[in-house]
Amino acid sequence: MKIHWTAVYVLWRREMIRYVRAKSRIFGSLAMPVFFLAFLGLGFRRMPVPGMGGGAGYIGYLAPGIIGMTLLFSSSMQGMSVLWDKEFGFLKEIMVAPVSRVSLVLGRIAGGTTTSLLQGLLIFGASLIMGFRFRGPAALAFGLVFMVLISFTFIGLGLVFASRMKDMQGFGIVMNFIIFPFFFLSGALTPLENFPWAIRALSYADPLTYGIDGLRGVLTGTSSLPVLVDLLAMAGFALVMLFLGAYFFETSEGV
Amino acid sequence: MENAVDAIRVEGLVKTFDGFTAVDGISFAVGEGELFGLLGPNGAGKTTTINMLSTLLRPTTGSAVVSGFDVTRHRDDVRKSIGVVFQETALDVKLTGRENLEFHTMMYGIGKAERRRRIEEVLALVELTDKAGTLVEKYSGGMKRRLEIARGLTHRPKVLFLDEPTLGLDAQTRRHIWEYVRKLNKEAGVTIILTTHYMEEADFLCDRVAIMDHGKFVALDSPARLKDVLGGDVVSLELEGEAGVFLDALGRLDWIKRSKLHEDVLSLTMERGERRIAELIVLAQQYGVTVSCVNLRKPSLEDVFLHFTGRTIREQEANQSDRNRAMVMRQGRRRP
Repeated sequence: MKIHWTAVYVLWRREMIRYVRAKSRIFGSLAMPVFFLAFLGLGFRRMPVPGMGGGAGYIGYLAPGIIGMTLLFSSSMQGMSVLWDKEFGFLKEIMVAPVSRVSLVLGRIAGGTTTSLLQGLLIFGASLIMGFRFRGPAALAFGLVFMVLISFTFIGLGLVFASRMKDMQGFGIVMNFIIFPFFFLSGALTPLENFPWAIRALSYADPLTYGIDGLRGVLTGTSSLPVLVDLLAMAGFALVMLFLGAYFFETSEGV
Repeated sequence: MENAVDAIRVEGLVKTFDGFTAVDGISFAVGEGELFGLLGPNGAGKTTTINMLSTLLRPTTGSAVVSGFDVTRHRDDVRKSIGVVFQETALDVKLTGRENLEFHTMMYGIGKAERRRRIEEVLALVELTDKAGTLVEKYSGGMKRRLEIARGLTHRPKVLFLDEPTLGLDAQTRRHIWEYVRKLNKEAGVTIILTTHYMEEADFLCDRVAIMDHGKFVALDSPARLKDVLGGDVVSLELEGEAGVFLDALGRLDWIKRSKLHEDVLSLTMERGERRIAELIVLAQQYGVTVSCVNLRKPSLEDVFLHFTGRTIREQEANQSDRNRAMVMRQGRRRP
């Protein structure tokens, strides 16, 4: 199928303009992760975390988790922004455009990934202020790979839901029963090793587990699984979810 | 129009949603350069028809060819040759008017210089040049509508679909939009399909009108010829009292071409109605019937609709809103 790069670019630019204009949205969506970082980071400051290197402390464990959380929320929202477009009618304008549906999906993914990454990097910056230390520019570059893969995965998931929902009514349910469990199961706040085995099994089915563990591994040098395993698992999830998201979006009816 | 090239050819088009048939086997052709209207009450299937012709919905059965391309098999080619102005606003309100147009023209692959020229051109046409840099969320309903029509034109479509283009607009803006639509059709030669439930809109604008009801076409012709079917003016008499004998007497008059009693309003069709009113009132008095109100109408499409469906469009709408209200109440009960 043909990819219309101009269309991809148009959708990406639209997302950028909207992002920059919605300043309150940016601050609003950053507030929660910053509070998590500040209060959990300070509150558990003196708690030793099993497996974490000596002086790193809880903030070393927490920061990658909160970056992962930011990416999770922001990219699943981005995937579901199709619903907003449906609500405001703009989706029809996109759907009658003479460009392949794949281009439309790619445009959304490009826009969604960029905004998610910006959000993730802002939280990364915030965590540095809170005393998070990472292993240098190369580690950050490798970390970006994980951040992109997390974004892809959950944009894909958001697209799947948005393509099958008629309006915003089911949105809260998806947030509470799907997105939040992904977050809590991922080991973003607490080491997986502390979970009972049944919950741990679920954790290993959660893509975000590998994303956050990998991110933690490359940024701090400590992870519960080998980074390569995290990378492969995450890449696998990202591929599958992108494919599913694109497939669901393509087969959804435009009105 | 029969000898012109067809811009649209539809055969046996059907769309069902979960057992409900929204469009029930319609067939028609629209010639190139024609201004064609779909007239009918809400829920008649007009928008569903437009959605199928513009590739947003797949037909359940039947075929439709737009500008030479099949709407199910060559969707991208159809999309390239059409412009659509939807019933509900389809603008990104967080962008400015100009940005909306810019993104649209880019989607249609128009080069930068050409893009700029066309955008200024259509903005001038709909008189929005001054407001082009304003966010669309600050626009009034009429301005949004004009911007959407402008957008539908920037890529120079061969066929333009307008779904209820003047719905909810004030009389002045409506006039304005009618003028644009006419100009577009006559000067630029764009084939236009518009849906409306405003009789005067269809009458004023369209070369031919299809009257649609319950997913089917009940009539299709030029507004003038549709009105000819009625055979003259309509004199309506609002009656009080037992009208039976009076009606029998009317039945013996040969200049009354048709009579129809609807609730207590008697509609009589005749030539030169203004010359007959006095006679009718005298006759009514003779049979002990009081005429409380008299109305003479040169036939309108409203009468045509009544003639073909036995109801007025307004009645149909009232029923529709009753049904909607009932539905809302049902849903309301379901939610705690």
